Amino acid sequence: MSEFKSTTVEVRLPSRMGYEKVAMSTAAAVAKLIGFREDRIEDLKTAVAEACINAIEHGNRLNENLSVGVVLNASAHSLEVKVTDDGKGMATQPAKPDIDRKMHGQEDPRGMGMFLIHALVDEAEWVAGADGKGSYVRLVIRLDKDTE
Amino acid sequence: MQSETRAHVDQLTTPAGDPVAVLRFEGDIASTSRNAVLGTYQALGKDAAKLILLDFTKVEYINSSGIALVIQLLMEAANAGQKVAAFGLSAHFTKVFTMVGIPKYASLFSAQAEALAAL
Repeated sequence: MSEFKSTTVEVRLPSRMGYEKVAMSTAAAVAKLIGFREDRIEDLKTAVAEACINAIEHGNRLNENLSVGVVLNASAHSLEVKVTDDGKGMATQPAKPDIDRKMHGQEDPRGMGMFLIHALVDEAEWVAGADGKGSYVRLVIRLDKDTE
Repeated sequence: MQSETRAHVDQLTTPAGDPVAVLRFEGDIASTSRNAVLGTYQALGKDAAKLILLDFTKVEYINSSGIALVIQLLMEAANAGQKVAAFGLSAHFTKVFTMVGIPKYASLFSAQAEALAAL
């Protein structure tokens, strides 16, 4: 696309495991329209998946009466993805996963989602909602014209 | 919504003639994949080969919960004195596995022949 007009795409997901794939596909489609390389799109898909899984499992506690909101704000040079849930948000950021500790049973094998999100996108921000609800994570990937 | 994880086991040998149990996975690997991943490994039993290969060639999607199951498999294999290698991950998931440190406990290869030769 020679000229990309800024736009917003919104998706609402049921709080059911597996539906993160809808958000992944949507984010991938928008990123492709902006012109991101395939490897960056794969990074974004995994980050979006992890953010949605956290929202479904921890934020909304798998309550199917609640939904996860995914808002994609696309511009010519970047894509911002906000994933919102009805949870209180993260009190503290988990420590970086340690494979040695996991392999020796000293650390839960799970809990790598936030680490992967940080590692795969250009910017990641967790925001606790006011009144203990409406938390979101904001992910940003930027189109680097020098390397794309 | 998630594609169910399917798994089956093949018995192969390395070029040197050592027996290898190849666990072949298909579909998604996520939190619901415990039976397919750990169950398949545990079903190999006490007389299982000392060399284990994990085939991810037909795996379309792995999330962090799925990676946790792989780590649990590696832990059980290490405790059993088994050596594990994996092949067939996409470039992206090879990067993700590397980010979380899996190559320290299971070498990653692009193809089966390469993995068998290295075991």
